[in-house]
Amino acid sequence: MIEILIHGRGGQGGVKASLSLASAAAKSGKYVQSFPEFGVERRGAPVKAFNRISDEPIVIRSKIYNPDHVVVLDHTLIQSINITEGLKKGGWIIINTNKKPGDFKEFCKNYKVATINAKEIALRNRLGSRAAPIVNTAILGAVIKVLKVSDKESLAIAIKEFVPVKREENVKAAYEAYDEVIFEGEA
Amino acid sequence: MKHNKKKVEINGASNMPDMPASLGSMASNKTSSWRNLRPEIDESKCIKCFICWKFCPDAAIDFIDENTPPKINYDYCKGCGICAVECPTKCIEMVEE
Amino acid sequence: MGKVILGNHAVSYGVLVSRVQTIAAYPITPQTLIVERLSEMVADGELDAIFTKVESEHSALASTIGSSSVGARAFTATSSQGLALMHEMIHWTAGARLPIVLANVNRAMAPGWNIWTDQNDSLSCRDTGWMQVYCQNNQEVLDSIIMGYKVSEQVLLPTMVSLDAFVLSHTAENVDIPDVKLVDKYLPPYKPEIKMDIDDPRSFGALSSPDNYMEFRYKMQEAMDKAEDIIIKEGKEFERIFGRKYGMVEEYRTEGAEIILVVSATIASTARASIDSLRAKGIKIGLLRIRVFRPFPVKDIARVLLNKKKAIVIDRNISYGKSGIFFDEIKGAFYNIEGEKPKIFGYIAGLGGRDVTPEAISDMVNDAMRKDKPEKDIIWSGVKL
Repeated sequence: MIEILIHGRGGQGGVKASLSLASAAAKSGKYVQSFPEFGVERRGAPVKAFNRISDEPIVIRSKIYNPDHVVVLDHTLIQSINITEGLKKGGWIIINTNKKPGDFKEFCKNYKVATINAKEIALRNRLGSRAAPIVNTAILGAVIKVLKVSDKESLAIAIKEFVPVKREENVKAAYEAYDEVIFEGEA
Repeated sequence: MKHNKKKVEINGASNMPDMPASLGSMASNKTSSWRNLRPEIDESKCIKCFICWKFCPDAAIDFIDENTPPKINYDYCKGCGICAVECPTKCIEMVEE
Repeated sequence: MGKVILGNHAVSYGVLVSRVQTIAAYPITPQTLIVERLSEMVADGELDAIFTKVESEHSALASTIGSSSVGARAFTATSSQGLALMHEMIHWTAGARLPIVLANVNRAMAPGWNIWTDQNDSLSCRDTGWMQVYCQNNQEVLDSIIMGYKVSEQVLLPTMVSLDAFVLSHTAENVDIPDVKLVDKYLPPYKPEIKMDIDDPRSFGALSSPDNYMEFRYKMQEAMDKAEDIIIKEGKEFERIFGRKYGMVEEYRTEGAEIILVVSATIASTARASIDSLRAKGIKIGLLRIRVFRPFPVKDIARVLLNKKKAIVIDRNISYGKSGIFFDEIKGAFYNIEGEKPKIFGYIAGLGGRDVTPEAISDMVNDAMRKDKPEKDIIWSGVKL
């Protein structure tokens, strides 16, 4: 079983990303759980969403304190919260940023870093505005490429299920992120 | 509408319904025995406004048609006297049984 | 691998495939998504039902009682404060012997104001004559709605299906949504013998004197006794058609166990991970999950717990001035039963949604293992002093 923590800001679509990821993994034969940080969510404030993905039925229903991997929807969060809190050594950190993995020297010692310019991909596909780009679907392309928890086709179906508008554009963004994610070594 | 007027004697749990409901229509329960004053309509003064019919809490006043004074159903009338109080022409009198 | 849906939507789909005919509800966190989805299903024509918006939970259940009284398959859902406001009608539903199914999202009672999971809301309805089912995953939530109607319509008692706030209500996971035609084979239309019918007029809920009130209550208890057999029978029938097994209780690794952990709802799911890790250390421990709380599974509890050394009960609830409620009921269930009784330890954990992790469960087990016998009826887990 792997446990993934998605860091985002309220309103950025972290919960929807978590749901789509779970659905994509389920379509490729996995048992899944997807849940938000229980309780209230405020727009713009740091929020978390969680995923468990497993080949076996999942019995654990407590929160995730030691994720295997983290996904960061907004690189500005790195300044305000400790995104590696509880993260298992050797886990992936997948960041939406225009920087390269090597630019995150502080993380490279204990973890593996993958970067994806999901904002640029979102704007290229006219998803959201420059001030508020919709990056939650694009980043999933990077997540399944790096973490191998599902495949592109399953992700496309899942995105179409959970996204109400611009379904094709969202799928295209995810596919582009799948191709453009930058990481070193074996995922 | 069918009225099951059969009176059923309950002995205990074995012949009671599961839910607290009567086994048949309450039409079997003739409440006229509660009455000690009976309403009588003076049809000559009745203006056929049917206010008594509307107010009767036991639906014990029958509507015949618009041109006929209503009829008291003495099988169910409990003699409460609401009709006599509400009648605008005071044509209903409560008389001793 | 099924559809990935929230526990709340598992309720909505359970209602859909049960061909419920009327829904009346008032929104409350964390129940709102249940009726929100149902209102969409009705508006889209997916579910042929009457959806009634009401001004309070009391009215929601009153309206549901009305539609059930005329013979409709009726549903409502609520949580916590909402269930408390319904309480008068909760008694009425059972007394009127109406097979309503209610989904309750288990949420803590205020104050302090709290929207997270805790069982004190539904357990306050313990003595009302409702059957109560506590679910451990979203599949069971959906299936319990269908089975709820199947059992309720036979014994004429309502069913409350409880799911933990957020831990199930707002968690998405794989759920198999059964085909409605398959559900039709299991759940025939509701055809009550006695109902409100203008062509067969009766008096309902009228005065019931000291002469016959007790007999109505005797019959409710008779129905509860019968319900246990029917829940088991219908659980087997459900397994035959849908391939998923449900009963009064569920056992996990109880063979050869000397210690039994007794838990309900989602803590029972998480506890499996603790059982596995304790078993790996050579500890002879198994799990008994109480799925149905009313009728209370006395026979199963005796069968599993007799001749064991220790039983450890974890309660996400409390009866102030006494103990955990499941603990108390389990202890009481043994009093008149012959046989070697285990020492029973009662832990209170997870109130108001405090997370109960596999490690916290293992800590409670280790604590009970260190002690010869329980010193008090309440052992608090994780309280900050």
